[in-house]
Amino acid sequence: MLIRRKNFLALSGAATATALLAACGGGSSDDAGTTGGASDAGGASGASDAGGAVTRADADLVIWTDEEKAVSLEEPAKAWGEANGLTVAVQTVAEDLQPNFITANQAGNGPDMIVAAHDWIGNLVQNSSIQPVQLPAAATEAIAPIGLEAVTYDGQTYGAPYAVETLVLFANKALTDVPEPKTVEELVEAAKAGGAENVLALPVGEQGDAYHMEPFYTSAGGYLFGKDGEGNFDPSDVGVGKEGSITAAEKIGELGKDGVLKTSISGDNAISLFTDGKAAYLVSGPWALEDIRTAKIDFAMSAVPGFEGMDPAVPFAGVNAFYVATNGKNPAFAQQFATAVASSADIAEQMFPKNELPPINLELQEKLSGDYPEIVKIAELAGSAEPMPAIPEMAAIWGPLGQADANIVGGADPESTMTSAGEEITKQIGG
Amino acid sequence: MSSAQAPAHRERTTTIPAVIARVVLLGAVLAVVAFTVPIAVAQKQWMWLVVMLLAAVAIFVVYSTKRFIPGKYLLPGTLFLAVFLITPIVLTIGYSFTNFGDGTRGTKEQAIEQIVANSVQQTDDSTWYNMSVAVEPGGDPAAGPFTLLLVDPASGEVLAGDAETSLEPVPASDVTVTSGFVTAAKDYEVLDARQVNTAYKALQELAVPVDDTSAVRVQGANQAFVGTTALSYDEASDTITNAATGETYTVGKVGDSEYFVGADGKRAFSQSWLQGVGGENYLRLFTNGAIAKQFGAAFVWTLVFALGSVLLTFVVGFALALVLNDERMKGRRLYRSVLLLPYAVPGFISLLVWSSFYNKDFGLINETLGLSLNWMGDPTLAKAAVLLTNLWMGFPYMFIVSTGALQAIPNDVMEAARMDGANRLQTTVKVVTPLLLVAVSPLLVASFAFNFNNFNAIQLLTEGGPFLPGEYTRGGTDILISMIYRIAFGGSGADFGFASAVSVALFALTGILAAIQFRFTNVLEDVN
Repeated sequence: MLIRRKNFLALSGAATATALLAACGGGSSDDAGTTGGASDAGGASGASDAGGAVTRADADLVIWTDEEKAVSLEEPAKAWGEANGLTVAVQTVAEDLQPNFITANQAGNGPDMIVAAHDWIGNLVQNSSIQPVQLPAAATEAIAPIGLEAVTYDGQTYGAPYAVETLVLFANKALTDVPEPKTVEELVEAAKAGGAENVLALPVGEQGDAYHMEPFYTSAGGYLFGKDGEGNFDPSDVGVGKEGSITAAEKIGELGKDGVLKTSISGDNAISLFTDGKAAYLVSGPWALEDIRTAKIDFAMSAVPGFEGMDPAVPFAGVNAFYVATNGKNPAFAQQFATAVASSADIAEQMFPKNELPPINLELQEKLSGDYPEIVKIAELAGSAEPMPAIPEMAAIWGPLGQADANIVGGADPESTMTSAGEEITKQIGG
Repeated sequence: MSSAQAPAHRERTTTIPAVIARVVLLGAVLAVVAFTVPIAVAQKQWMWLVVMLLAAVAIFVVYSTKRFIPGKYLLPGTLFLAVFLITPIVLTIGYSFTNFGDGTRGTKEQAIEQIVANSVQQTDDSTWYNMSVAVEPGGDPAAGPFTLLLVDPASGEVLAGDAETSLEPVPASDVTVTSGFVTAAKDYEVLDARQVNTAYKALQELAVPVDDTSAVRVQGANQAFVGTTALSYDEASDTITNAATGETYTVGKVGDSEYFVGADGKRAFSQSWLQGVGGENYLRLFTNGAIAKQFGAAFVWTLVFALGSVLLTFVVGFALALVLNDERMKGRRLYRSVLLLPYAVPGFISLLVWSSFYNKDFGLINETLGLSLNWMGDPTLAKAAVLLTNLWMGFPYMFIVSTGALQAIPNDVMEAARMDGANRLQTTVKVVTPLLLVAVSPLLVASFAFNFNNFNAIQLLTEGGPFLPGEYTRGGTDILISMIYRIAFGGSGADFGFASAVSVALFALTGILAAIQFRFTNVLEDVN
């Protein structure tokens, strides 16, 4: 009996030790933490120092990207390879593409290219993971200005853009008589008159969602980072907590009090509330289109409105682009492919049917406008959006600003809450 | 070793299967070593090479002779302990004294190389050429020296140039041009695309001078453009100079890492490199006012959460086990199987589903019960929600354990109690429970240790929230590990050095707690 209990003791000791190690392991080497990696810290991360989750394929050009983009890229990339006498492999990195790429590239067994959103550029550059991509004049003329602006970082071009996303306002015509409200006030009034269960499905959640709040935040005069003389973001000038952001906080607080914004509406249920006919308006991006069409909602699309008498709302634009790794085995082919993507609409056009992202190429926008008017409209609306800042300091924005938004929607004092968020962000950037 | 002379002993060590097993084992070790040594050498993993060779030598010494009997039993465990337990701890402690993280992964040389390479820009009206790369006959196609053979797509003119000589027209009779590219040239060997790709690192550094500031540079396998390089590095003075503006950047300390900084002391480039920072990470951890302020509250809630989870799950699990252990109960198997269901659903799924149940306006709980409780927005309710969910997740385990322990208690003990006049309640409380606790209490301790670090339960359910206005370090349901995760990874991207320091601190803390738990278990032994 005694021996057995000793065994149990040893077991529980081992359990404690394992838990500890799991904590250490999660913290030390494996997962470069973006905020979401919940399962990683359990110690079960698959990424090892050597290779990341994916082993580099053996080909003349290896491209890593997420699943949706990989599916659409597979055939166009192969076709391009055949035309140039090269073998091309497109590999899916389902989770944590960015940290996996950075680690694998550092170890010398990463891909030649990745496809990802432009706001990764800052972190990829500071980790020396991607190299500049020079775009010929033909490319810079064919691409919408927002695309070029997005892939330009510190005065240098780092990617070949092919698609753009931004937030737009969807209206359920059955629930409102004003399908394209020009102001937030008009929107609220119309939805209330229409008797919708919820006025607006805009993800807030208990933790806040600074990305979806950005249109309202900017309309009331808020900004995230100031810009220096050369148009680069200046991390020492944090706009959160400044005058405009406090006006925004007050406006957001009013909308919360009015029941227009709710912490119970989050990214998990915003789109389904709209497609179930429980919300008159929805603020979301092109990714919501498919669900809305499937639900057979009679909808209209327009720019997200700003507050009456204030600035227009400026949501974030996210630009998807091709990047060339610094440490890939085939940099010449990667550069060649990047030039090919940027110079003509062909590859983006071939990718479109399997992953309908609003194109950045002006010619392709024109071409698709007949069959895909909504997608092209989003691409056009993105022209008046602002590329999400790519500087690494953005990582410090999301948490505090989102929490402040959520608390203000929940009824906290706008001014002190927004000010404290600004202080927290400044502290995190400084430290 | 007097027993070595015993005949039985000698007989045992010389059986044929034993010899074969030994030969196979040692052969396998040799094969693994022969396979991995070249790889380790190629990757310059000297430390691992040494470790591996030492391990192989140890295996050979211990298993190839008849001596070292205890060693034969101890060696496998020791090796695994070293590799899987001690190495990560040592590495973590090592990292905790560095600045390892985003922007500080590589060496200083890599950072400089990248800073300079990133400053190559096209000139304002840059000309783009169709490019072929050539070497002199017999030249090395991987190392050069290279000559660029360019075709101006506008005029069709063919130009040649290399690192020393700027572009000069080539007579059309000397070259063969196929669909806009030079494919053969007199006095040159033209490289094919794969050769260009192999030599690309060198080609990227090649600049064919155009004028004082600009040069023709390679872009991809078959194009070239006119560009400038603004920055250059001077090794003697360890500075980077911007030729266009004349500014000089020197190495300076920003925060706890070295960067290239401008005259104003602000960092000029985001690239830094891996450096030792001494105790800076620990200093930052222990002097962080917000952490110090929130640590106590987080610690108390961690204890409440872990103890509460264990007690609640045990009470519910034990009660159900008692009820379902009664032989008068019909359909016990069915009930038992149903009760195990929560245990069968993958934890992360049930946590995400439960998290949607608690939604204030659209959640199942409030809708079914007609309440409008702000489960996830109120710190107290959120704590209750976390405990409730963890109860649902955890009671099947306690139920299994208790059922097993109950069935192991001999019937005659209970019979004896009944004959002595104890009623059912008294039998349960005074006889069954203490006997059961003896068997179960170590598991309760283990369960406590597990919940103490139950990161998933918190992160997937509430992400540590709700956060009070103005409070960003600790949310209402944050246990230590989830709070520390946010401190280490929440703000400025991945900071592995700091995260390692935090892990080491947590390691020490959990060690102390484990020691206390062992004491606690020893006390329970007195029940006997």
